[in-house]
Amino acid sequence: MSATNMDMRLYASRKLRNTVMMTLCVAAAGIGLMWLALILGTLLFEGVTGVELKVFTEMTPPPGDSGGLLNAIVGSLFMTVLGTLLGTPIGILAGTYMAEYGRNSKLTMFVRFINDILLSAPSIVIGLFVYTILVAPHIEFAIPMPGKLFGGAIEIELGGHFSGLAGAVALAIIVIPVVVRTTEDMLNLVPVHLREAASALGMPRSLVIRHVAYRAARAGIITGVLLAVARISGETAPLLFTALNNQFWSLELNHPLANLPVVIFQYAMSPYEEWQRLAWVGALLITTAVLLLSIIARTLGTQRSKNG
Amino acid sequence: MDRIKMESAGSAPGLSERPKLPTIKAELMVRDTGEDDSTSQDLHEKMSLRNLNFFYGSSQALFNLNLPLYDRRVTAFIGPSGCGKSTMLRVLNRMYDLYPGQRAEGEVTLEGESILRQGLDLNLLRSRIGMVFQKPTPFPMSIYDNIAFGIKLYEKLPKSEIDARVEDCLRKSALWEEVKDKLHANGMSLSGGQQQRLCIARTVAIRPEVILLDEPCSALDPISTAAIEDLLLELRKDYMIVIVTHNMQQAARVSDYTAFMVLGKLIEFGETQQVFTRPSQKQTEEYVTGRFG
Ligand SMILES: Nc1ncnc2c1ncn2[C@@H]1O[C@H](COP(=O)(O)OP(=O)(O)O)[C@@H](O)[C@H]1O
Ligand SMILES: [Mg+2]
Repeated sequence: MSATNMDMRLYASRKLRNTVMMTLCVAAAGIGLMWLALILGTLLFEGVTGVELKVFTEMTPPPGDSGGLLNAIVGSLFMTVLGTLLGTPIGILAGTYMAEYGRNSKLTMFVRFINDILLSAPSIVIGLFVYTILVAPHIEFAIPMPGKLFGGAIEIELGGHFSGLAGAVALAIIVIPVVVRTTEDMLNLVPVHLREAASALGMPRSLVIRHVAYRAARAGIITGVLLAVARISGETAPLLFTALNNQFWSLELNHPLANLPVVIFQYAMSPYEEWQRLAWVGALLITTAVLLLSIIARTLGTQRSKNG
Repeated sequence: MDRIKMESAGSAPGLSERPKLPTIKAELMVRDTGEDDSTSQDLHEKMSLRNLNFFYGSSQALFNLNLPLYDRRVTAFIGPSGCGKSTMLRVLNRMYDLYPGQRAEGEVTLEGESILRQGLDLNLLRSRIGMVFQKPTPFPMSIYDNIAFGIKLYEKLPKSEIDARVEDCLRKSALWEEVKDKLHANGMSLSGGQQQRLCIARTVAIRPEVILLDEPCSALDPISTAAIEDLLLELRKDYMIVIVTHNMQQAARVSDYTAFMVLGKLIEFGETQQVFTRPSQKQTEEYVTGRFG
């Protein structure tokens, strides 16, 4: 048997293996895409017919009645914004510490480890946690104020019931690890020579971070925050334990607050046709919002890589 | 002109007349610095290195360096890659201090004052000793802000004065004509050579006394390189300049003094003309003629 024969056989088997692998990959990708298409298709099919002006102008209806989703949409926006506002600064500051001040410190490694756990923690656990600290116990205290300001003291009453604040806190806890991770990663990507150039001008460390490192990492950090927003806008479990739901218009932080995910959960499981229709519309709204956020985040991301 | 212009002062012995360059060194033709204003000035030893040793952790990178650095002169550091040129430069503005584990021993002085001592205000030191890096490093902000930012660190000036200073620095760095219509474009949108000149402008803007340059032209095309060399000869009138270069012709063209290093040790230091034409060490001769390194 000649060497050429051996080579040909080896070549043929390699080619066969290549074809098999390729087919499997394409099939896997196809199956994945198929589910995505099915989900989006169903959403569109079931949801679009229900989209009408009423959805955006009327409150969630009682069983059997007709109405809209206004209070849920506003409640969702409210808690998402509040959760993001609470979680983003903490996440950015923690990420900054890890990348800038304590790059190889024990604390950084510890925080990174905890953060990774938090990043993959089931959101229902986070919901339960916030439930135990902000919903179940009843807390009352007064902050004394100087003089006659606010009648001498601000009285604060927390917990004892479901509240929008608890919902926002739960969402913030989901935002934090995402933002910590992207902030740290993006700051680590800022070239060493850029920092050195800033230091060489005699810039103090804090200014190097604020004016050079943040600027260089800005698009990446914003992308991270947008992805975190996308992530929390569909979360249901943490809100079930915290904000619960409210059939009426409310923007009070210390009371149950309507929101799309819980409304969808409740209405979709109900036997009422009108409720089921609204659930589909809500699902379509959330999906569209998340899709838009992802596209914006992705666009920012590619702009970043183009700029250098 | 195939002759080095003399800029030495009478006070320094042996600097009075320079012979014509031998024709064999024609390719190393030393540029006429063209200016006589420095001729009359005394040589002033602005910085000096004494018994300088440097360590990256436990590995030593510089061994017992001793040399003077003169005001209003360009000193070039040459030597094979890895010989410690950048390390030496990063001692002069304490850049190494950003990294724990790196340390310098010995003495480095600026105007007679030790700069290696503990507790020295490093930001202040770095405002006196500017540095330009191998890779152009514009900040991710506008051309204008790249320069104005450094100024605002140290001085509170009305906008009109900052504008004037920005323009002045850009003119000094021979960049004004190219960017005057797009001062608010991003600094990163400039070409490599323009970016490097912007970095020089940024360094000059905070009015340092010393400018350190680490292979500033190694990433640039010949035209940008020529622009920067011209700029150095211009800046030389006001600053002490130290340039690290792997380009022998460049060292010959722009510098008054040359230091040749190998493996962390200073092999030879002297007037550029002398180091290139009549080196006292065999190793130097081999290196500058391209037979070594
Ligand atoms: N951050 C560092 N850590 C450890 N060793 C280093 C570091 N930077 C440079 N060195 C070593 O110090 C020596 C001098 O390096 P460098 O000053 O960069 O040389 P040059 O600029 O002349 O090419 C080299 O042997 C190099 O490997
Ligand atoms: Mg170097």
